[in-house]
Amino acid sequence: MAFINKGFQAKRPTDGAHKLPPGQYETKDFPVLTAGPTPRINLANWEFQLEGAVENSVKWSWNEFNTLPQQSFNPDIHCVTKWSKFDTKWRGVSLDTLLEHVQLKPEAQFVMAFSYGGYTTNLPLADLRDGKAFIGLEYEGKPLTAEHGGPARLVVPHLYFWKSAKWVQGLRVMAQDEPGFWEDAGYSMYGDPWKEQRYGSDDDEPEASTTSFCL
Amino acid sequence: MSRLNWQIGTVVAIKPETPRVKTYTLRLPNWTLHRAGQHYDLRLTAPDGYQAERSYSIASPPEQTGEIALTVELIEEGEVSGYLYEGVAVGDLLELRGPIGGYFVWPAGAPDAPLLLVGGGSGVVPLMCMLRHRQRAGLRNPVVMLFSVRSPDEVIYQEELEALAQADPTFTLLLTYTRHAPVNWTGYQRRLDAAMLTEAVAHLPSAPQCYICGPTGLVENAATLLQAQGLPDDSIRTERFGPTGS
Repeated sequence: MAFINKGFQAKRPTDGAHKLPPGQYETKDFPVLTAGPTPRINLANWEFQLEGAVENSVKWSWNEFNTLPQQSFNPDIHCVTKWSKFDTKWRGVSLDTLLEHVQLKPEAQFVMAFSYGGYTTNLPLADLRDGKAFIGLEYEGKPLTAEHGGPARLVVPHLYFWKSAKWVQGLRVMAQDEPGFWEDAGYSMYGDPWKEQRYGSDDDEPEASTTSFCL
Repeated sequence: MSRLNWQIGTVVAIKPETPRVKTYTLRLPNWTLHRAGQHYDLRLTAPDGYQAERSYSIASPPEQTGEIALTVELIEEGEVSGYLYEGVAVGDLLELRGPIGGYFVWPAGAPDAPLLLVGGGSGVVPLMCMLRHRQRAGLRNPVVMLFSVRSPDEVIYQEELEALAQADPTFTLLLTYTRHAPVNWTGYQRRLDAAMLTEAVAHLPSAPQCYICGPTGLVENAATLLQAQGLPDDSIRTERFGPTGS
């Protein structure tokens, strides 16, 4: 039996060229969502690391990182708090480019992104490859602001945006999946907006949410 | 492990709080104990299948079993708030699921510790849940609420907050009016600033656990200022509220 709210209808048609995942609405703004204070990072001390289940850990300084080849990306992004934003304009370094610098161990399957300020979020390694993810350095032609995760943020547009770790400091490659910050607080281990995997109990496999589910 | 299933609640009361804010009390068939600061997702479905979802903070304390109160601000052009505001009456049914959120919650570990609650506009809602919970649980940890509003007709929960501040010497209410203050007002009449936060913290015997909720500008500002006063990052929890262009 489908539940209907009498008299309710869509207020605005969404932009015809784009599709909204279920339960999302379009915004033209770029809302800010953070659990705590915004870290301010001195570029002289900034570094980015690839570590964990790799044969060779790699570390880049800000200057070194900026010599890596950059590309433009124009993804639609979807936040678990229900807003979506179409055609965002970024420049950054593809994760494919970064992963060329390490030799992965055979057990490498998952990644924990970790950030200045202590934030973490987990992703399958496969979701970072084949052009699906990048480290964003510029947004709309300007250096990414601290509010939005600057100087550098992971961007994985096909998953809910909390997976796109702000103030990213590195990626730890893992053999097993582990929950990050929001995942530990009851959010989905994977976060596919098209399947509306917002919370832990929205995940497909029950074993995907072995984490304590904080209700 | 609890599943977050959608359920259909019945609106049992609607209370206007300000000209643009109403509280909807809903009786839930599958009520679950929540933690102060959590929210529910509310979903509207049109006859053609179109759905819209929004998150609303729980205003009622966990001691109020069987029902939840959601305080909703009418957003300009707001698809969901507009419908709730115009189209929903006592007795109507609404679909929702929750409680949700495991971080912006109190007590986060130390229920005796001093609390600083900083709210802007409808950002006061989860903070009110914390205050109500504290009161119903009989806790007497020192609390300061710094509440920023634009004008006197926008003070959500004004009577209840003022009565609590009168009755409970361990609770201090600091209001600031950023556009228009009431006649004869002697308190703050400006946007939240460093001096105001210093004074708020000074009311407390030791470094507080801080919860900040409101529009992005206020939240960013308050969090940065509290950090600058030497409060550790992990004692400052934030949640952003308000219109996001819709």
